[in-house]
Amino acid sequence: MKFERYGIGIAKGMALTFKHLFRAPITVQYPEEKLAVSRRIRGNELVWFLDKCTGCATCAKACPQGNIEIVTHVGDENNYVVDKFEVDTGRCMFCGLCVEACPYDALAMGRSYERAQYRRGDVILNKEQLQMSDIRQPSGYARPKIEATLPRQNLLVYWDKKKGGQKLRWLSLSKKRGRGV
Amino acid sequence: MAIRTEPFILNMGPQHPSTHGVFRMKVTLDGEVVVDLEPVIGYLHRGIEKLGETRTYTQIIPLTDRLDYVASMTNNFAYVLAVEKLAGIKIPERAEYIRIIMAETMRISSHLMAVGFFLNDLGAMMTPVLYMWREREKLLDLYEMVCGQRLTYNYMRIGGVSHDLPEEFLPAMKKWVAEMPRFIDEYDQLLSQNEILLARTKGVCILPRDTAVSIAASGPVLRASGVKWDLRKADPYSIYDRFDFEVPVGTVGDNYDRYWVRMQEARQSVRILEQAIAQLPEGEVCAKVPKLLRPPVGEAYGHIEAPKGELGFYLVSDNSIAPYRFHIRPPTLINLTALKDMVIGWKVADLIITFGSIDVCLGEIDR
Repeated sequence: MKFERYGIGIAKGMALTFKHLFRAPITVQYPEEKLAVSRRIRGNELVWFLDKCTGCATCAKACPQGNIEIVTHVGDENNYVVDKFEVDTGRCMFCGLCVEACPYDALAMGRSYERAQYRRGDVILNKEQLQMSDIRQPSGYARPKIEATLPRQNLLVYWDKKKGGQKLRWLSLSKKRGRGV
Repeated sequence: MAIRTEPFILNMGPQHPSTHGVFRMKVTLDGEVVVDLEPVIGYLHRGIEKLGETRTYTQIIPLTDRLDYVASMTNNFAYVLAVEKLAGIKIPERAEYIRIIMAETMRISSHLMAVGFFLNDLGAMMTPVLYMWREREKLLDLYEMVCGQRLTYNYMRIGGVSHDLPEEFLPAMKKWVAEMPRFIDEYDQLLSQNEILLARTKGVCILPRDTAVSIAASGPVLRASGVKWDLRKADPYSIYDRFDFEVPVGTVGDNYDRYWVRMQEARQSVRILEQAIAQLPEGEVCAKVPKLLRPPVGEAYGHIEAPKGELGFYLVSDNSIAPYRFHIRPPTLINLTALKDMVIGWKVADLIITFGSIDVCLGEIDR
C-alpha cells in the first residue's frame, strides 16, 4: 500500500496525544478521594424498615432469584408479625424489583459499595442486620422522598446551579485538577 | 528443493486476551496463513432462554441485561418492545423519547468500545481505548443518575421506563451531546489517517456483499459490505420514523469499512439525539400495566437495530404469568458465522483484528 506523504497520519495522531499531555488528570485517587454516588444508586444490600413492614411478602414474590425469605405468624391485633426476614445477598443481582414492588416503602436499596465479606455465610443477612445503621443507609431508588434529601452526584459532566442553572462546568474536586478534559 | 510442510492446528482461547470473552478458535495454519477455522462457543452459557420460561415478564428484564453487557439498554428495549407487541400495550410519548435517547447513547458507547478494542487487537495497546472510555465514563455517570447502575441498567419496563429523568439529567446530557462531535473528530485525527491502521485494514479480510446477505448478517458488519439495511429505516419501530438521519454504508466490506461505518454511525446517533432531546415532551413515563402481566395466547417477535445488529426476542404466551417460549436472536452469533469466510487465506494477525472488527459480545452468543 502506497501513501502520498508517508508519516502525516502518525504525526497528526502524535500531535493529539502531545496536546493531551498538558491537560489536567480527571482520575480520582480512589480510597483517599471518593465521589458522591448517584441518589438512585442501587448499591449493595437492602435496608429494611421493621416498623413499616406488614409481612405481605410482595418483595419475595417480585424477586427474580427468590432470595428473600419471609416467615410470619398472625399477631394479637390480627396483623402479620415477621419472624424471619432473610436475604441472601450473595445471589442478589441488585435489580431493584423488590424495592419497586413494596407497597409500604418498607424496603430500600443501600448506598454502600464496599461490602466484601470473607465468608459466604456472612452475606446472608437476617432481619437485625438488614435494618438501618451507620453503614447501611437507604438510597433514593424508587423512593422520591429519600432521594430529595441525598447529596448530589459528582459528574464528569456537571451542571452548576449557582450560575443560572444553565452554565456547565467540569468536575473539580481539588484546585489542582480544575480544567478537566 | 521445496520444503515439505504440514498444517498445524493452533488452539486460540478460550482464555485469550483478544477473544473478547471466552471464545475458542481451532485454527489450522499453513505457516502463518489460516487454512481452516472452527469456532467453539458455549463457555459462558447460562441458559437464559430456559430461565426466562420460569420467570414473570417483568423479572426477565434484569436477565436481558446480561446478554450483551456492553449495550444493556438496547437489550431491555428489544425485550419490552416484544412484550408490548404481545400484550398490545400502548406506551406514553415521553417514555418513547426517553427510550430513544437511551438507545442512541448506548449505540455511541458500544461503537466506541468496539472501535477501541478493534484497535487494541491491532496493537495500539490501550491508548485509543482510553480515549474512548473517557466519553463512555461520562455516559455511565448519566446512566447511574437515571437508573442507579452503571452496567446492568434494568431501566425499561413493560409500558414505559422505570423512573422519570432527574432534573439535572437533561442539561448534562445536552452538554455531552454537544461535545460528542468534537470528540469524534479527535478520534478521526488520531486514527483515520494513521498509516499503520490503513495498511493493516484496507482491503484485508473482505466480506463480499452476497456472502453477508446469505449468512443473514446485520448491523455494521452488513452495512460495511455495502448493503443499506437498517431496521430503524427498514421497519421503523418505536418512533424512529420521526427522526432525520442517514444510514452510512461501506464500499467493499474490508476491516477499514467496518471501522469507518461505526464512526459514521456514532455521528448519525448524535443527530438523532439532538432531535430527540429537542422534541422531548412532558408527561407520564409508564403506562398502567398490571403487576402480573398475563398476555393473551399468541406469539410476538420484537426486533430492534441494536449497536451490533438485529436483536430480536421471540415470545410465545399461553396466557400464564411466564412466557411459554422465550427465544433470543443475538446479532453477534449470526455475524460471527462470517468469520471463517473472511479469514481463510489471511494471516493469524489478520484473524485477530477481523474478529475484533465483528464486535462480538460473548454474553450474547452463549446466553
